[in-house]
Amino acid sequence: MTAIPADSSTPVVLPVSKAVLWLAGTTVLALILYYFIGIDQGATSVFGNDMHVHEFVHDARHFLGFPCH
Amino acid sequence: MEKKLVLWGLVSGALAGLLAFVFARIFAEPQIQAAIDYETGRDAAQEALNQAAGIAPEPAESELFSRAIQANLGIGLGMVLFGVAMGALFAVVYTVCLGRVGTVRPRTLAMLVAGAGLLAIYLTPFVKYPANPPSIGHPDTIGDRGGLYLIMVLGSIVFLVAAVWLGRRLAPNLGNWNASLVAGAAFVVASGILMAILPPLGHLSANVAEYGMQNTETPQPLTDPAGHIVFPGFPADSLFEFRLYSVGAQIILWGALGLVFGPLAERVLRRGRALAATG
Repeated sequence: MTAIPADSSTPVVLPVSKAVLWLAGTTVLALILYYFIGIDQGATSVFGNDMHVHEFVHDARHFLGFPCH
Repeated sequence: MEKKLVLWGLVSGALAGLLAFVFARIFAEPQIQAAIDYETGRDAAQEALNQAAGIAPEPAESELFSRAIQANLGIGLGMVLFGVAMGALFAVVYTVCLGRVGTVRPRTLAMLVAGAGLLAIYLTPFVKYPANPPSIGHPDTIGDRGGLYLIMVLGSIVFLVAAVWLGRRLAPNLGNWNASLVAGAAFVVASGILMAILPPLGHLSANVAEYGMQNTETPQPLTDPAGHIVFPGFPADSLFEFRLYSVGAQIILWGALGLVFGPLAERVLRRGRALAATG
């Protein structure tokens, strides 16, 4: 096995404490997006008894593997 | 630097979602339409049986969006936004992994993180609860099915993170190769146990009460009171193709995500290193 030269590997350690706001915020937004594409107005619903989001992304929901009616 | 990485994650994710959408539009939509046609035909047969038995017909459901909207705009926006969401998560995991998972090149790390995303968020849950076309899946069980699917997704993410941690712990003693094998085996065993514990969808109480003991919710042949088959079960070939394309779309999505993000991240990291050297 050849050794990987240090300058072409990934030794850069980002201080997570400094970046934590950005990383946490990004994660939360991504999870909200995941929720609306895959789950909302199926198992649970934030807009009550409305099916617009569900019906609009209906095909994507099936195809991406989420449970659907 | 983390802001740039997140930005490139979003861009790569959108592009990957777009590619997966093009694939879906060409290969998946015909299967989705075939499944909807099957459902329409089956409903008509059921209606005829009900009428013969003297049961009043159910009022037709009104449609919020036409099939044309769902099959083009809906699936397009859904896949692109899913790509954006996965790209964002990908960038966060990539940033946290930088320098913490051994000496890996930026591009290699991008492909590893993409593979991990595919495995934990899609493939492992798929083994237990595979993707289903329309007409498979009973409305009464959507709550249970959603919960079970999320348990599978969450479980495989936790197991994979634990496996990576285990591999890193074992690497100094066993060497990288053997440590990776042990960690991989631990992931497979843990996921297998979770799959064995969770119930098959056909065993949910609402399904057993209505359809008897089946393994899945895939529609069985429709029979009249005398036991004659009046409408076939869901076509097996159609189901196989839908699931094959579903896996294909995810491989395209995660593959594109890693391949596009890798070089971009490499540039960001090289600049960061140059800045640190001169500053």
